[in-house]
Amino acid sequence: MIQPHGGKLVDRVLRGEERKDALEKAGSLPTLRLDEELISDVENIATGVYSPLEGFLDEADFLNVLNHKRLSDDTAWTIPIVLDVTEDQATIFKVGRDILLADAAGRPVGVLRLQEKYRFDREEMASKVYGTTDRCHPGVARTFGLKDVFLGGPVDLIDIVPTPFDRYKLNPRETRVLFKEKGWKTVVGFQTRNTPHIGHEYVQKTAMTFTDGIFVNPVIGRKKKGDFKDEVILASYEELIKNYYLKERAVMAILQMEMRYAGPREAIHHAIIRKNFGCTHIIIGRDHAGVGTYYPPYAAQDIFEEFPDLGIVPLFFRSFYYCKKCQSVVNEKICPHPASDQIQFSGTKIRDLLVKGVIPPAELMRPEVAEVIMKFENPFNE
Amino acid sequence: MDKEFTSVMIPTSLHKKIEEAIKGTDVTSVSSYVTKILREKLSQGKASDEVFSREDEEKVKERLKALGYID
Repeated sequence: MIQPHGGKLVDRVLRGEERKDALEKAGSLPTLRLDEELISDVENIATGVYSPLEGFLDEADFLNVLNHKRLSDDTAWTIPIVLDVTEDQATIFKVGRDILLADAAGRPVGVLRLQEKYRFDREEMASKVYGTTDRCHPGVARTFGLKDVFLGGPVDLIDIVPTPFDRYKLNPRETRVLFKEKGWKTVVGFQTRNTPHIGHEYVQKTAMTFTDGIFVNPVIGRKKKGDFKDEVILASYEELIKNYYLKERAVMAILQMEMRYAGPREAIHHAIIRKNFGCTHIIIGRDHAGVGTYYPPYAAQDIFEEFPDLGIVPLFFRSFYYCKKCQSVVNEKICPHPASDQIQFSGTKIRDLLVKGVIPPAELMRPEVAEVIMKFENPFNE
Repeated sequence: MDKEFTSVMIPTSLHKKIEEAIKGTDVTSVSSYVTKILREKLSQGKASDEVFSREDEEKVKERLKALGYID
């Protein structure tokens, strides 16, 4: 089994007496209520999804991630995992004292062992993580909306907050046992925030030809307006896998995490996470984790050159399209025919057809998948 | 805060060879090249020493069964 990132799968989930003890002390601790995205980060840290992170970044790691795409100990890490609070909150919280982390209703989620409070430069953060300070970029807008102070320190998880998608939620320990049980020695991870069209299926099946199995891992959490709703993505993939994949070769589980749209940096982040889940390979397509035209189409592939020590193997794919002459799904590397013979897998085009209640052509999307999407009154985020 | 660096000694002849080898590539310096190679080398051949107790693994399997992931 592939080694977790940084060498150790983090487990900071409190159980038994430790959990009981934490709950007893909870009442005496200052409380910080977290939004859903930060709760996901706490869970991802504690269950090992973000291994080797043990908590929210301290200043040294934060700056090292911004400047060198690595933690202070040289481990590759590209996205700052940070906990922001207001000035007033920062004054209340004392370094060396624990903070109870709670959900919006005040239910205990975890404990932050506060080690450090520090300020940061939003402009620098946006520029280095996203390569732009344009506030039209959703990640940049989010960065400029962060509160003034970051809290750093290890976190321990008391309870996982239930979601409508728990049936699809596996942690890295569970996926590693799952892959072992299935007898998979090589596993390719597929990151998605979309419903599947034929191009996606072709990429996945091409990768599956060289690996023992595929781990379809949709990102569930805050996304931008116009993206498919989480429940639609899951239902459409279930339908695709049920009808067109070998049961013993494909599994799907969710990754509860906010999309940041950081393009190349986020591609590395996604690879690290899938490595922690036990994947030996990851599919990186055109404009992975990108948005608009902020990143060159293959920047998310080129960045892997900087990380020879990542451990997980990226499988790079060009854009696929349907060629009327070849009568199959192809890409520019293998098809000699002109653009006039090509039918592109345009998300916008497929979306427009679905909105009008029209099933897209079978060359673009499996009819079963389209039908499932069309059962939803409004399949898109508003 | 900037990353800290330190020096290592390599033969001058090897340094020259590396300088030649990286000409016209994306690698900007001998130091970058050596860093890249060393990172690659140090990350190789590490299998997971992840150990689950039998009891933990059985619990995980029960959940996987209940969710329909395994039979």
